[in-house]
Amino acid sequence: MKPWLYVAPALALLITFTYVPVVNMIWYSFHYWDGLSTVMEPAGWDNYVRVFTDERYWQVFRVSLYYFGASFAQIAIALYFATVLSFSTRFRNLFKGILFFPYLLNGVAVGFVFLYLFQPGGTLDTILGGHTPLWLGDPDVANFSLAGTSVWRFTGLNFVLFLGAIQSIPGEIYEAAEIDGANRWHQFRHIIAPGIRRIISLSVILAISGSLSVFEIPFIMTGGANDTRTFVIQAYDTAFQFRQIGLASAMAVVLLLIVLAVTWLQRLLLPDEEVALS
Amino acid sequence: MAATLTLVAGSAGCTGGASDEAEQGGGAITGAITVLTNRTDLVDTALPAYAKAFEAKYPGTKVSFEGVTNYEGDVTTQLSGGDYGDVLLIPNTVTVDQLSQFFEPLGSVDALKAKFRFTDEKAYDGQVYGLSVGGVASGVVVNKRVWADAGITAPPKTPEEFLAGLRAIKAKTQATPFYTNYKDGWPLSIFNSQRAILADPAINEKFPADPAPWQPGKIEYVTDGLLYDIVHAGLSEKDPLTTNWEGSKPMLASGKVATMLLGSWAVPQMKAPDDVAFWPFPYQSGGKFHSRIEGDYKAGVARTSKNKATARAFLDWYVTDSGFARDQQAIPTAVDQPLPPALQDFRNTGVELLEIPAATTNAGKEDMIIKDSEIDLTGNIYRQKLIDIARGAAKGDKESYFAELNKRWAASQARVMK
Repeated sequence: MKPWLYVAPALALLITFTYVPVVNMIWYSFHYWDGLSTVMEPAGWDNYVRVFTDERYWQVFRVSLYYFGASFAQIAIALYFATVLSFSTRFRNLFKGILFFPYLLNGVAVGFVFLYLFQPGGTLDTILGGHTPLWLGDPDVANFSLAGTSVWRFTGLNFVLFLGAIQSIPGEIYEAAEIDGANRWHQFRHIIAPGIRRIISLSVILAISGSLSVFEIPFIMTGGANDTRTFVIQAYDTAFQFRQIGLASAMAVVLLLIVLAVTWLQRLLLPDEEVALS
Repeated sequence: MAATLTLVAGSAGCTGGASDEAEQGGGAITGAITVLTNRTDLVDTALPAYAKAFEAKYPGTKVSFEGVTNYEGDVTTQLSGGDYGDVLLIPNTVTVDQLSQFFEPLGSVDALKAKFRFTDEKAYDGQVYGLSVGGVASGVVVNKRVWADAGITAPPKTPEEFLAGLRAIKAKTQATPFYTNYKDGWPLSIFNSQRAILADPAINEKFPADPAPWQPGKIEYVTDGLLYDIVHAGLSEKDPLTTNWEGSKPMLASGKVATMLLGSWAVPQMKAPDDVAFWPFPYQSGGKFHSRIEGDYKAGVARTSKNKATARAFLDWYVTDSGFARDQQAIPTAVDQPLPPALQDFRNTGVELLEIPAATTNAGKEDMIIKDSEIDLTGNIYRQKLIDIARGAAKGDKESYFAELNKRWAASQARVMK
C-alpha cells in the first residue's frame, strides 16, 4: 500500500489533467458536436474518414517538413555550442546565458519581435540592404523565415540539455584521452558523442513531435495564411472557428497516433544501448 | 466511464438555468446585475457613466460592466460553463437554434419590429433573443482628397470604374490605392456584408439553396471577384502578411492609403473628418446604390440570470434611452430615432439603406454549410487564400479557385440541405 500512497498525488494530477481529457477527446472524435449544444450526435468513423480523405486536412503536414529540417540545424548548432562551451572558454557563463535566453522569452513576444524584423523595410532589410525577398509575403520564403524563428527560440533548450549531459562525463576521461594524443575533434567524436547519445536521440524524438505540432510562431506571425498553415492551426480553426469539435478531436487523435508511431519506429531502428565510456 | 460522467456534468451545467423559469417575467427592478461587453476600450471610461444613469433612473439597482478581451472565444466557453452574467452580447458562435438554450425570449418578432430595427438577426421560431446595441451601414471608407487628386470625386458606379479609379490613384499619387488588412484578417470578412447590392431582400433565404454562389452575376462572384481583381492588378499593399489594422487607420486618414472596405462605424475612428468619406460598394442595381444596414452585436438576457427583471429593464433602456448608439455614431436600434449625421450624408448621395431579413425557412442552414465546408464566408481564411492566388503567391487563378469553392460549397450544401 505504501508505494501507492507516495505516487497518489502525481497520479491524481496526471489522471485529472491528462488522461481524462484524452479519453474525452477520443469520445468527442466519434461525435458531431459544436462545443455548445447539449446533444452530441454519434458520428461513427465519419470524422476519421474525413481527416484522411479530404486533402486539406493532411496536406498541411508538408509544412511540418520545414520545421523538421530546421530542427536538425537546431540540434547541430546546439551541439556545437554545448561542446565548445563545455571546455574552459573565456566568458563561458555569459555565452551560456545568451544562448539560453531566447527560450525564456514568451512565444507570443518572440512572434511579435520577429514580425517587426521581417517587415518590408524592417530590421532585417535594413541590415542586408539591396534586394531582399518579402520574408513573410513570399510563399517560397515564408516557411523558412518561420522555421528560422523557431530555431532561434528553441536552440537554447537543446543547448542546455546537451551541456548538462556533456558535463556529466567524468573529467579524467578527457585527461586520459589527451595523454593518448587525442585532439578536440577526436574527443568529440569518441567521448562526447557516444556519451550523450541518449540525449541526442531524445532530441530527435522531440524534434519530430515538435515539428508535427508547431503552433505558436506561425499562428502569431501569419495566422496560417500564405501556405504556412500547420496541422495544429488547422485543428484549432476547425475546432474554434468552425465549431467542429468532433472533427478537430479526430485530428488531434490522429496527430497523437502519428507521434507515437514515429517514436516507436525510431526506437526500433535505433535501440537504446547501454552507454559505457570507461 | 470517466468521459460519460464529464459529459453528464457538462450538460447539467448547460441547462442549469431551466429551473429558474418560474421567476421570469415578473419581479421588481432592483438589485445588482453584471453586463458583459466587448468594448474593453470603454469599460473604464464611458460605460460606467451609462451604469450611473440607469441606477439613477431605477434606484436600488447596481450595474457592473465586465470587459472581455477575446469576446467570441471567451464568452463561448463561459456559456458552456453556465456562468455568463445577466446581460451580454450574443456571441456569433451560438447558432440561432441554440439561442433559447442560453437566452431569454424578449418577445415576438412581429411585436418588436414596429419598435426596433434588426429584430430578426437573433431570432428563432418567431421569438427575438437579442436586440442590437446599434447598427452599421456597409461600404468603402475612402480618403476623398487622394481620390480627388486622381480626378475622381463621385463614388464609382461599377467594379470596373472602381478599378479604373484605383489605377488612377496608383498612377497619379503616392498612396496605396486599396488596403486589404490581410494579416488581421477580420476586415476581409466585410466583403460578406455587401449582400444588399443586388437589391434582393430574399437573398439570405435563397443563399443556402444555391449550390454554386461563385458564378458570374451572383453575390460572391461580384464581391470576392472585385477583391481578386484589385489584388491581381497590384492595387493593394505590397506585403499583405505584415498589414496592421491599428496602423492602417492613420494611414488612411493621412492619405498614405486611399481606400478600405469597412463599415460606417470606422469613419469616426479615422479622426480626419475633412478628408475621410464613406462611399457605397461600387455596384448598382436598377440604377441605384444599395447598402446593407445590419445590427452590431445583439445583446440578450441570460437564461441563467437571477435577476431577469432588472436585466430586461437595463437591456431596453440601453438600446433605446442610453444614447449609446448616438455616442458611437451608429444607427439607433429604435426605429423612431434619427440617423447619425455621417449616415445622413451617405444617404443623401442617393444610397438606399436596406435591411436584409435573416433566413426563416432556411434558418441556420448557411451557418451549417460554412462550418461543414470550412469556407468561412464570415471570416478571412478562404479570402486570404484568394489574395494569395491573386498576387501570384499560390497556384491557380480566379476561375480555378472559384470553381474549387463552388465544388466544396456544393458538397457541403448537399449534406446540409438533404
